[in-house]
Amino acid sequence: MKLSLGPPQYFWPRERALAFYREAVHWPLDIIYLGETVCSKRRELGTGDWIALAQELADSGKQIVLSSLALIEAESELGALKRQVENGEFWIEANDLSAVQLCRERRVPFVGGPSLNVYNHVALAMLMDDGLRRWVPGVEQGKTLIADVHAAMAAWDRAMPELEVIAYGRLPLSWSARCFTARAHDVAKDQCGFRCIDYPDGLPLATRDGSPFLRINGIQIQGDEVTDLGPELPGLRELGVDVLRLYPQHEGMAQVVAHFDQARRTAQPPQRIGARNGYWHGEPGMSLPGA
Amino acid sequence: MRALQRGARECALTCVKVRECADPRTARLIQVKAARAQARDHARHPSQRGARMQLVCPAGNLPALQAAIDAGADAVYAGLRDQTNARAFPGLNFSDDELRTGIAYAHGRGRKVYLALNTYPDSARLATWFSAVDKAAAFGCDAIIAAEMAVLDYAARTHPQLPRHLSVQGSATTAPALRYMHERFGIARAVLPRVLAIQQVERLCESAPVPLEVFAFGSLCIMVEGRCQLSSYVTGASPNRHGVCSPAKFVRWDEQPDGRRSVHLNGVLIDRFEPAEPAGYPTVCKGRFDVRDEVFHALEEPTSLNTLELLPRLARAGVAALKIEGRQRGAAYVASVTRTWREALDRHRAAPEDWNVQPGWQSALTRHAEGHQTTLGPYHRHWH
Repeated sequence: MKLSLGPPQYFWPRERALAFYREAVHWPLDIIYLGETVCSKRRELGTGDWIALAQELADSGKQIVLSSLALIEAESELGALKRQVENGEFWIEANDLSAVQLCRERRVPFVGGPSLNVYNHVALAMLMDDGLRRWVPGVEQGKTLIADVHAAMAAWDRAMPELEVIAYGRLPLSWSARCFTARAHDVAKDQCGFRCIDYPDGLPLATRDGSPFLRINGIQIQGDEVTDLGPELPGLRELGVDVLRLYPQHEGMAQVVAHFDQARRTAQPPQRIGARNGYWHGEPGMSLPGA
Repeated sequence: MRALQRGARECALTCVKVRECADPRTARLIQVKAARAQARDHARHPSQRGARMQLVCPAGNLPALQAAIDAGADAVYAGLRDQTNARAFPGLNFSDDELRTGIAYAHGRGRKVYLALNTYPDSARLATWFSAVDKAAAFGCDAIIAAEMAVLDYAARTHPQLPRHLSVQGSATTAPALRYMHERFGIARAVLPRVLAIQQVERLCESAPVPLEVFAFGSLCIMVEGRCQLSSYVTGASPNRHGVCSPAKFVRWDEQPDGRRSVHLNGVLIDRFEPAEPAGYPTVCKGRFDVRDEVFHALEEPTSLNTLELLPRLARAGVAALKIEGRQRGAAYVASVTRTWREALDRHRAAPEDWNVQPGWQSALTRHAEGHQTTLGPYHRHWH
């Protein structure tokens, strides 16, 4: 089983981000996803910087993949996507249909990212014809749905693409034209002052009775809980999961990677280090109050 | 001539359609103006030559469908009574017989019926969606509105003559994304997610391979449609998979003796209200939460989208159709909102230069808005 470092979700200062990846390249990872997936205004590292970093890290022998923006609205964002797709070297993680189409038109292999909305084997097979080589199911797609896709592909006599699941991190739940970080500071999106940089693990949102609930991350909303599928490892193996995705957190990521590296080499499931992911079991994603 | 022009304006005020205008000279002038407007459109927007902007209205049940048609909808969109559409609410939607009746009613008056099949089936449930596509074809629907690739693919292969519109749930926001859907499934139209600014809509009209439909009025999803997991994170019930958002069976209202209320969704506190405070339906995105030690509508306040003042720009841009949201609303809402937009559209078509928003239109629409307030939403940069 491979380990991947998912694309960065938060906005870190340039030096912090570069130092993180120069360290991460020595961790027991097989795949590293790079690139801005949330907000095109986050330019501590621009598209060119990410591609240069990808080239630098590629010498490590790890697979480097360039992740695309999940919500594309502006022409400039399409331009950046085109530059990513035309890098000439790395696969793309396609996080929307624009990226799928540009990869398809240029015959660039791609990973189907979690915001692509692939819910069944027919869609998956079509995307494979378009160049999809690896599939990261969306957050609400649990083990039953994935097993059904598996079975249906087998009945068609079609091989599955590589299967990568989100094993550790906060779940991305939604995207908007609005920036919620800017809203929380009562400033316009165009004058946001890049405040996301003050929240290296997102801005906490709690219910009125003080329970942690969501994380505001610019135009994206995440669940507050850092989910952990480690204890599900035996089931993941049975399901044919090829890659465990670990989303970067600001602190302690080396230990998280070491934990999953140890776990993948052991038959016994590891101890839980994050919250249970209800989606995986066909339930609400979050741990409910009183449950 | 000036008198004639005034007459035309007055006529446009009072008569809903040119063909109903009693004075032939006035009617002729309206037609000339409309032709000129059409010529301008022709020059600007090759994809939309001569097209008039269509009004597409919601029909949650048969009375709403009839109300929409009677009030001047060019087309209505409806759903079947199952999870194949994004408004799978109890007591809503159409049985097979009702759908047949609705189609006959609309076709009898020269209008269209689109069937919304815009949820995302998993592998085990594909047959239900395929059978719904078959029904749309068999019953004579004028198009299906779908988001998911397997559904679009099945429709394109099995019923190629049945037009396919890409649903807002398909989350296509760019020309390449639309190109994908067009090349792969031959979509005839696409409904844009409510995320683009008016300038972006205008540019997309130029570059899109298919005519575009945009939301004109109704409840506003603050998140990109087809990509919101807030409901399923809390309840397990998902807009994409089950066609529902924050279903009522998970909602619990509690009232204190002093009249204060609180509302939970599956045990998660969404908001609290003072005795006299108006309270809307508790979706996660419209709750009040604590961020940085302040309690406020952190995602969105209860409000409705209203693009009436943008109508001339949308028309000039070559937008093919305006969509009214609200299949969950009753016939009175549908009738009133449809009538208002019909009048606004007809007056614009008849005399685009003289068009301006009438106060009566805005007040009629605001009455039907969530929280009785409206916004231009993402069309306007300041909103973001």
